[in-house]
Amino acid sequence: MLSPTRLLLAATMLFASAVAVPIAQAQEPKSGGILRVQQRDNPGSASIHEGATVSVNAPFMGVYNNLVMFDTKNDRDRMDAIVPELATEWSWSADGKALTFKLRSGVKWHDGKPFTSADVKCTMDMLKGQGENKLRINPRRAWYSNVQETVTNGDFEVTFKMGWAQPSLLGMLASGYSPMYPCHVSAASMRTKPIGTGPFRFVEFKQNEIIRLARNPDYWKPGRPYLDGIEMPIITTRATAMLAFIAGRVDMTFPTEVSPPILADVKSQAPESICHMGPTNVSVNLIINRDKAPFDNPDLRRAMALTIDRKAFNDILYNGTGSLGAAMLPAPEGVWGMPQSILQTIAGYGPDVAKNRAEARALMEKHGYGPNKRLSMKVATRNIQVYRDPAVILIDHLREIYVDGELEIVETAAWHSKIARKDYAVGLNLTGNGIDDPDQNFFENYACNSERNVTGYCNKPLEEMFVKQSQETDIEKRKQMVWEIDRQLQEDLARPIIVHTVGGTCWHPTVIGFNPAVNAIYNRYRYDDVWLNR
Amino acid sequence: MFLPWKSEARLGAYLVRRSALMLLTLFGISVIIFVLLRIVPGNIVDILFDTAGMIDPADKARIERDLGIDLPLPQQYFVWISGFFSGNLGYSYVSEKLVVAEIALRIPVTLKLAILALFFTVALGVPLGVISAVRQDTAIDYTLRVVSLSGLSLPSFWLALLILMAFVSWFGMIPIYTDTPDSIWDEILLLAVPAAAVGFRSSSLVMRLTRSAMLEVLRQDYIRTARAKGATRNSVNYRHALRNALLPVVTVLGIEAAFLIGGLIVTETVFNIPGVARFLVEAIRSRDYPIVQNLVMMIAVVVVLVNFAVDMLYATLDPRIKYTD
Repeated sequence: MLSPTRLLLAATMLFASAVAVPIAQAQEPKSGGILRVQQRDNPGSASIHEGATVSVNAPFMGVYNNLVMFDTKNDRDRMDAIVPELATEWSWSADGKALTFKLRSGVKWHDGKPFTSADVKCTMDMLKGQGENKLRINPRRAWYSNVQETVTNGDFEVTFKMGWAQPSLLGMLASGYSPMYPCHVSAASMRTKPIGTGPFRFVEFKQNEIIRLARNPDYWKPGRPYLDGIEMPIITTRATAMLAFIAGRVDMTFPTEVSPPILADVKSQAPESICHMGPTNVSVNLIINRDKAPFDNPDLRRAMALTIDRKAFNDILYNGTGSLGAAMLPAPEGVWGMPQSILQTIAGYGPDVAKNRAEARALMEKHGYGPNKRLSMKVATRNIQVYRDPAVILIDHLREIYVDGELEIVETAAWHSKIARKDYAVGLNLTGNGIDDPDQNFFENYACNSERNVTGYCNKPLEEMFVKQSQETDIEKRKQMVWEIDRQLQEDLARPIIVHTVGGTCWHPTVIGFNPAVNAIYNRYRYDDVWLNR
Repeated sequence: MFLPWKSEARLGAYLVRRSALMLLTLFGISVIIFVLLRIVPGNIVDILFDTAGMIDPADKARIERDLGIDLPLPQQYFVWISGFFSGNLGYSYVSEKLVVAEIALRIPVTLKLAILALFFTVALGVPLGVISAVRQDTAIDYTLRVVSLSGLSLPSFWLALLILMAFVSWFGMIPIYTDTPDSIWDEILLLAVPAAAVGFRSSSLVMRLTRSAMLEVLRQDYIRTARAKGATRNSVNYRHALRNALLPVVTVLGIEAAFLIGGLIVTETVFNIPGVARFLVEAIRSRDYPIVQNLVMMIAVVVVLVNFAVDMLYATLDPRIKYTD
């Protein structure tokens, strides 16, 4: 006879299964339906490799596949949670300088041609500026600077050979910015009629109007995608977009488009909606022209760093929901952010703003500035709200240290040319990071020859440390190295980080399976696991 | 002695003079738009690199060469204007599609919006202006004048958003554009709401103009004569007075019609209508020279032709006007 405990256990299990089955059946994915996602602006081109904004990734990621992807079941994009896509398995050489992928067979491009290792080689050669197919713009050339050669071994195996062991290469290949392109389609065609292997085929892109994708019936993942298609009406006015979401005209807002104040409004009018507010891995930062007076003087640069009240930026812009940190996204969302104990030892990061400003004023007074002799200068920024708002706050903070800043609004078309010409004293800038990895951030934004190193900051010994940390496989040791590099970058005022931004995404409860990441905004738009419960 | 062939010859001469003037106007506009675009800092290549967050001088030079924007300005102008007259408008820098195709895509929805807006303007503005004039200084007159003032004062952006919010709150739907309406009536409804928003403002202007023109005409001697001869009130107001009062109104309607083709940027943005105005503004932002130049020229042609048509209509409305003199 069964003991009372085992009887109780059996009864519990019976009860649980009686309840669990209906629940499981309720969650069984349904096929069909068109997902409508707001697109916030005109992406210009459908080519992800030529874009550097989520405005290109979000609408077109469904057209493509990568070799590997971050597992979307996690709330974070993690190096230890990378899953196969076009690659079925991968392995590192003993010295860590070669990464070999076994590729999935039977995969077809949307035009019916087979996917092979030659396509992987073409894609990498194109990203490195080699080969016949050339990108018009190549924003992530720096990501692959360490890949020296791409070697194919038959149709379903490819190896990337590197100059030094770089574990993070796998993470870069997992990014939404790293789709595979077909050899047989030119880079120019990919801008207007993209061909991928992804769950959705490109249907049409009416500039400034709508983007449409349709289900790929030959998708290599059985039973996927669930959706019949995706429609992305381009709604540029945020108010209209939020109203369209509330009225049910779109199922989902554009990722990160919902700011903290608007989130409350949306929830009050559409209380059933599901909203996620989280870091975007985009930082508000300063760019300082250290080649031009007055900020060729390190004391004045330090004074400017000391006067910034980062908490005030966070409170005003993000209702306190942003995060304060250095170049790497801070914990808990970011993997590599330095601890507060280290951060607060860096000039300007300590919590005592009054003390910091007193020190700043002393530095200014040392160079002859004071209440009766103030420094006038322009603070340049792009003519977009997310740039203008923090620029205005910065000017207010600079006033505390005898600096009278005048806002200089620069049209988007002229912004990077102006920065490249060093035609500015101080600028308020935003920098987005494709993945939460030091290699991506350091090599892209701070390496001497990187095209995205907009300030031209160059520290060769520090750059050698970039390489060293890149090769480190012990994550804890690597973290220590990353924190040291990051600390140095902040002390050097290479690009002082003010605050890490947040953004929200809302979707109706009929949308099941969308899981935004908390440490990157570029990687979760394949939509092959998303379904509509209606 | 009336010699009809002489009258026709004079009309022909007027038309030739007028055509020459129109061509000169269009030439001037082409130069202005071409120069203004080049004066404004930055070009499409700068925009492309900006979205990439980088600058590469070698790539920049290559792309500028490919697009032909490194050529001397007079050569660029000549290439463009000769293409315009031969129907070869080139390719959009942004979408890389034919300019003709891109513009043609936007014209139908803009035309529909403009026609509906004009309908509201005339249907509301003229009758209300007449009523306000013939009931001068009554409660109806005061009410209509306040309403018309509000139509002119309320910012269009604010009004449009208020309309959207009202629809969402009261009806749970949002009347913004879709390219796949369920039926023709759906399409009309979706365009009727923004057209009414635009029409409200335009009709206010037309209403006030009609009222003022009517009041002036109603004071004329021939109106008093008509009344003295026993003409009915309706005959006096509509057959005698309104026809003459309409002259300035026709001028304004002509200007409004031209404005509706390329000026509804606020309405198109808020109601998310992919019309000509919004397309033009986006093209300016992207420095998409082929789109901006050709679209502005097309709008200029429409404005010039509409104004010509309005001038010709004067002769029909007012027999005293002869273009043969």
